Amino acid sequence: MEKRNHKAWLYLLPAILFLGFFMVYPLIDVFIYSFEEGYNFASQTYFGTGTYNYSYVLRDPYFLQAIKNTFILVIITVPVSTGLALLISVALSSVKPLRNLYQTVYFLPYVTNTLAVGLVFMILFKKTAYTDGMINLILNWFGGSSVDFIDGPYWAKMLVLCVYTIWVVMPFKILILTSALASVNQTYYNAARVDGTSKLRIFTKITLPMISPMLFYLIITGFIGAFKAYSDAVALFGTNLNAAEMNTIVGYIYDMLYGDSGGYPSYASAAAIILFAIVLTITCINLLVSKKHVHY
Amino acid sequence: MKIVLQNLTKKFPSRNRKSHEDVVAVGDFTFEIPDGKLIGLLGPSGCGKSTTLNLICGLIKPTSGKIFFGDNDVTELPPENRGVGMVFQNYALYPHLTVKQNILFPLENLKGKDKLSKTEMESRALEAARLVQIDDLMERKPSELSGGQQQRVAIARALVKMPHVLLLDEPLSNLDARLRLQTREEIRKIQRKTKITTIFVTHDQEEAMSISDMIVVMKDGIVQQIGKPQEVYDNPVNLFVAKFLGTPPINAFDGKIENQTLYVGEDAVMDAKGVLDQEVAVGIRPEGFILQENGPLCCKLNRVEVMGRDISIVSTHGAFTGTAIRSIVDAEHSRHATGEYVHFALKPKKVLVFNKETQERIYINGNQHT
Repeated sequence: MEKRNHKAWLYLLPAILFLGFFMVYPLIDVFIYSFEEGYNFASQTYFGTGTYNYSYVLRDPYFLQAIKNTFILVIITVPVSTGLALLISVALSSVKPLRNLYQTVYFLPYVTNTLAVGLVFMILFKKTAYTDGMINLILNWFGGSSVDFIDGPYWAKMLVLCVYTIWVVMPFKILILTSALASVNQTYYNAARVDGTSKLRIFTKITLPMISPMLFYLIITGFIGAFKAYSDAVALFGTNLNAAEMNTIVGYIYDMLYGDSGGYPSYASAAAIILFAIVLTITCINLLVSKKHVHY
Repeated sequence: MKIVLQNLTKKFPSRNRKSHEDVVAVGDFTFEIPDGKLIGLLGPSGCGKSTTLNLICGLIKPTSGKIFFGDNDVTELPPENRGVGMVFQNYALYPHLTVKQNILFPLENLKGKDKLSKTEMESRALEAARLVQIDDLMERKPSELSGGQQQRVAIARALVKMPHVLLLDEPLSNLDARLRLQTREEIRKIQRKTKITTIFVTHDQEEAMSISDMIVVMKDGIVQQIGKPQEVYDNPVNLFVAKFLGTPPINAFDGKIENQTLYVGEDAVMDAKGVLDQEVAVGIRPEGFILQENGPLCCKLNRVEVMGRDISIVSTHGAFTGTAIRSIVDAEHSRHATGEYVHFALKPKKVLVFNKETQERIYINGNQHT
C-alpha cells in the first residue's frame, strides 16, 4: 500500500513540479508582493510590510473606474451573450435548411483575431474627419444625431465595448449550446409531445434542465472571462485606457506594471489579489446557486 | 376503445441515391383491434412494428390510410389530442424530475376545462403509482431506481392521464430475464384491471404469445398473420410465421408430395390426400415427434439432452435445411434414443406443409385453417 503510494506520487511529480513552479509559486509570490510596500524590481528591496498597497489601490480613482467598468461589462455581457447564444442555438437546432451555413457564420468571430475585429469595430463606430462611421450613418438615416462612440460620452463607449465583447464571446457559447441541444435524446421530446406539453413548457421543463450543466459551465467561464477583460478594450480604445475612462481591472494591473505610469509591482499585486477575491466570491455564489438548478 | 387501421401505409424516402424507390416501413395495414384487448405486435427487427406504433400514437404521419379510435378519425390529429399513453423503449423518464414529478407531468399539461386542482393531480398520481406499486418511491429520481421500477414509473406516467389507448414500445427489452417474466405478468394484470386497449411491440415471440389476447406477426412492413396466439402457432399461414413462433423453433425440411403421400427426403412420413404432386417445405414442431422403433422418419442421432420431464433429441437428416433437428419427447421413451439412428413417427397436427416457392401453407388431410 505504502509502496504503491510512492509510485503514484512519482508519476504525479512532473505535473506537480510544473504546476508548482508556474502556478502555485507565482500565486503565493503575488500574495506576498501585495503586502510589501514600495517593492522595487531592480534592487529587490521594499520599505516595509502592511496593507498600504490595498488602501492605495482602493482609493485610486483609476482603479475605482476600472472596477466600475469591469462590473458593468460583466453584468451586461454575461447574461446578454448567454441568453442570445441560447436563443440562436435553439433557433439553429430547429431549422433544417442551411443549418451548416448558419453555424459557420455564427462561428466565424471565434476564429477571427481580436485586434482585427477591433479594427472593424472602429470603422463601424469611429468618427473621423471624413466620415461619422457606419453606425452613425444608420442613426442619421433613422433621424438620430451622430454620436462619437470611440472618443465620445462614457455610455457610448461602454455600449461599444459591451457590443464588441458580446460579439466576440458568442460563437463559443453557440457552439457549446448547439451540441448540448443536439445531445438531448429525442424520445424526451416525443414523450412530452404525446403528453401534450406546450412548446414553452418543453423548453423550460425539459430542454433547459437537460442542458443546464453546459449552460452553467458557460456562465461560470463567462463571468471569469469578463472579469479578466482587457484586450477588447485595447482593441477599441488603444493602450491609454485610463485617459479613455475605459480601463478594466486587468488593464489597471498591466498599467501598474508596464504602462506609462508603471513600475509599481506592489500596487499591481494588490489589485490582482482584489480581482482574485472578486472572481472567487462570484464563482462560489455561482456554485451555490447551481446546486439548485443544475441537473447532472 | 376499439382501434381501426385502414390500409395504413408509411413510406420513407430512400437514402440510396441510385434507386429512388421508397422504403415501405408499413404496407397496407388493415386491422380492427377490439376494445379492451391486449395486442402484441410481433416481428423481427426492422419489420415496421415500431413504425406502426408511432403511427397509432401520432408521432409520425401515415403516407396513406386511416386510423380510427372508436368512430373518430384520428389520422390527422396530433398525438396530444388522441388520448394515448405511450411507454418508450428507454422509458424516457425525465432524469431531473422525481418519480412523482414525472407522473404529474402529463397532468400539469392539461389546460382549459380539463385542468385539475393540485389535490386532484396528487391523488391521481398516487392512484397510478399504487396501480404499479411504486407509491413508496415517489420522491426518488429515476437514476435511483432499478430498471423494473423505472419501467413501472413509465407505465404510471402513461396511465395517469387515463388514456383510451396504451402503447408500449418494446417495454421489456431493457430488463433481465427474470424481471422480464415478472413484469410481463404485471403488464397483463394492469391491463386486465384498467381494461385499456393496449398495443405492445416486441420481437420476442414468447413474450407476445404469453400475455397477448391477439398477436400480429409482421415482416418487412407487411402483416403476415393476425390471430389468437395459440391459433397462429398451430396454424401459421406461411413458413415465416411458422419459423418465427415457438421455442425451440420449428424444424424445416425439404420434401415433396407424390402419389398423395408426403415425403421428407426419401422417407414417406404421412398421407397427403387431395394434394397435387409438388416439391414442398415441411415444418415439424419439436413436440410433433414420437419416438417409435419402426417410425417412418429416420434421423442420425447426435445427442440426447435430458431436461427432466422431457428429453430433447438432437439429430440430423439429409433433407433438413438447418443445422440440427431438435425434437422434444417424453422422457419415458428415452430408451428408444440409442444407437446410431433414431426413428420418429409424427403427430399429423404438428406437421405443416408449405409451398416451396411462395412459402404459403398447403393444407393437407383436413388440417384446416380455423
